[in-house]
Amino acid sequence: MLSRVADSLYWMARYLERAEHSSRLIEVHLNLMLDQTAISTDRRWGRVLASLGHPLPAGHSMDSHSLADALIFDHTVRSSIVATIMQARENARQVREQISSEMWEQLNRLFHEVKRVQLEESHNARPDEFLDAVKQGCHLFNGLTDSTMTHGEGWQFIQIGRHLERARSIATLLDVHYSEFYRLADRAPDAAEHLEWIGLLRCCAAFEAYCRVYTADLTPDRIAEFLLLNAEFPHAVRYAVDAIQTSLNALPEATASRKGSRVARLAGRLRASLSFTPIDEIMSGSIQSYLEGIQRQCGQIHASAYQSYIDYPIDTAVLT
Amino acid sequence: MSVDHLPAPFRNYQLDHAWDEMFEPGGAPRAHYRALFEMLGELPAEEIRRRKQAADLSFLHQGITFTVYGREEGTERIFPHDLLPRIVTNREWSLIERGLEQRIVALNLFLKDLYHEGRILNDGIVPREMVYSCRHFRRQMKGLRVPRDIYITVTGTDLIRHPDGRFLVLEDNLRVPSGVSYMLTSRQVMKKVFPQLFRQCGVRPIEDYAQALLATLRTLAPHGRSDPTIVLLTPGVYNSAYFEHTFLARQMGIELVEGRDLIVSDNYVWMRTTAGLRRVDVIYRRIDDDFIDALAFRKDSILGVPGLFNAYRAGNVTLSNALGTGIADDKALYAYVPKIIRYYLDQDPLLDNVETFILTDDASRQHVVENLDKLVVKAVGESGGYGMLIGPHSTEKEREEFRLRILADPRNYLAQPTLMLSRAPCFIDGQVEARHVDLRPYILYGEKVTIVPGGLTRVALRKGSLVVNSSQGGGSKDTWVLYN
Repeated sequence: MLSRVADSLYWMARYLERAEHSSRLIEVHLNLMLDQTAISTDRRWGRVLASLGHPLPAGHSMDSHSLADALIFDHTVRSSIVATIMQARENARQVREQISSEMWEQLNRLFHEVKRVQLEESHNARPDEFLDAVKQGCHLFNGLTDSTMTHGEGWQFIQIGRHLERARSIATLLDVHYSEFYRLADRAPDAAEHLEWIGLLRCCAAFEAYCRVYTADLTPDRIAEFLLLNAEFPHAVRYAVDAIQTSLNALPEATASRKGSRVARLAGRLRASLSFTPIDEIMSGSIQSYLEGIQRQCGQIHASAYQSYIDYPIDTAVLT
Repeated sequence: MSVDHLPAPFRNYQLDHAWDEMFEPGGAPRAHYRALFEMLGELPAEEIRRRKQAADLSFLHQGITFTVYGREEGTERIFPHDLLPRIVTNREWSLIERGLEQRIVALNLFLKDLYHEGRILNDGIVPREMVYSCRHFRRQMKGLRVPRDIYITVTGTDLIRHPDGRFLVLEDNLRVPSGVSYMLTSRQVMKKVFPQLFRQCGVRPIEDYAQALLATLRTLAPHGRSDPTIVLLTPGVYNSAYFEHTFLARQMGIELVEGRDLIVSDNYVWMRTTAGLRRVDVIYRRIDDDFIDALAFRKDSILGVPGLFNAYRAGNVTLSNALGTGIADDKALYAYVPKIIRYYLDQDPLLDNVETFILTDDASRQHVVENLDKLVVKAVGESGGYGMLIGPHSTEKEREEFRLRILADPRNYLAQPTLMLSRAPCFIDGQVEARHVDLRPYILYGEKVTIVPGGLTRVALRKGSLVVNSSQGGGSKDTWVLYN
């Protein structure tokens, strides 16, 4: 497969995952703002922005309406939802003949829907409806990807893109959340904080899944354990890293080359850490430095995959 | 002429001195169109309209579009398609086939000669200055041997039909002709829309085009490469024919590459794949000469591959079509093609040219500037219907402008009598109406010449218009070559 094609598939998946994650996150926080709590709106927006990797230029208005508008609809903001969907489509357009026509049509439909709403006069009146439509559009696309595309090399690059983006954004989200709400204090969270912990789970579509494992008894340690180390829940970091490693292992076979051992090792190390580190150890040390470590390692996996498959120097492995 | 006796959908059908593909001069349907004629008389207009919608929708969903240049941004449009097939008898086709083969073989010999000894120039058949002043002449190609001496692998020749029924060659497209994907996709759609009519008529298949192209490219691989890697080189998604590039690559099962996917190292061409660099042997390039290698040609091109030309000269990669083929479809040299055929093959041309005035000739130029209102003037280097004056449809001001341009640079223009293209029935607003058409068959030339029986019939969908280019309101229709 052409490196450029792998690159486009990878980014198409990453951008869509980002759109889905941002939609869920913004939807949850808009919802939380309905409750009168001690946590000021400004601080909340600060947290939302940090969780999304500070996408807005410094000095942007902190007015709720204009923030939501920028993060959702402003296509000049690189990681706004509209912009990520546009970029996903642009990447797909470059490799149209590589993905199934069902996938292309669905992405195109989502794109046109987003453009239509963006151009509407009152587009920001009901952002929750819009965010819900984006999430559904992404889910449908992912389902079509799994059921209509050959699970070959291209599909593996899509998996890597999707899950790397997921692992990194959940680690970032947890990092921001725990630095504000996690205290080593032994007291249980108060009602307002309780809402925030539910919010965190909701940002990862994890509330119901969490309750099924731990009951509605919310504690920061268990939430960290669930969102970090659960191997069965699709929006847990461990699950995503498992998926990355599986796909990376499938690549040398698909590309019939022995490249990629370094990147597979990096993914294996991260996976091992998530599989074998007990939660107590993570919590008793610094959870933040653990989360930062995950984000850093995601960056390394990305760079190393590029080195092996996409952006390698010309004088390496010349085939005939 | 009266067409009163024709059934209802033909109420607006126009018959006059232009050749009509469907009707004889008296108004009786020609034998090979009878099945279509009868079907149109029987099917309710509503049903035809429904099928038209089904066909349009099918094009839309497949994303069969082209890009119009010169607007704010490249605008994507669905290729306008007419529902009714253009039908060609086998007898007509076999003449076309033999004529095209003859023409392509001669033009290929001409190219080989031009870039080697230049016998035809020494013998004074083609004026030297005509060749050297052409901007498509590539001095870089001098003395370069191409595999099997084949320069023009793929040609799309435009034919028109004279009022007396003869097919004439209007233009040879020897550089990177496009449109073949419309021929193939419209056939798929037509089989769904008119299955019964299709069967009844006995239409020769064209579906093997992609395979024939692949086989042709394979025969042109550099020496010693028995299992060559073949790729299609596209300028990218913003090119007007990008759909076609993806379509052909998929049909042939080869990689669709952009310039940035290819690397030249030690005069070999490699493509960057996830498994490492892989050697490329044959490039079916859909990028113009000018842009293909910034080191050898236009310095500002970022579409091509730096160093590609050196690899080509070294014989390590084949480019199809070869570079420099544009000299042989130069609009002014076109007038010499009959002489070229006689010179190399010692045969009379089977397909005639359209009468053409060369404007560097004083007497012809005088005649042309005095009769601009009756003639068609074309800029030699332009294509796609741009830079054209259609005398009878022009204003005084446009004619004056062209007169000045011709006098300033006669080499750059040629003139032809206003052509009366033949007309074929088209389905327009619930009625069957006559519109002007041409025909572009595709000729493949490798070990041998292959022409799939069919082509792209382009239609001037605007009433009375003679311009069939898709960028200027033209459309296409399926072309059915019959078994008998």
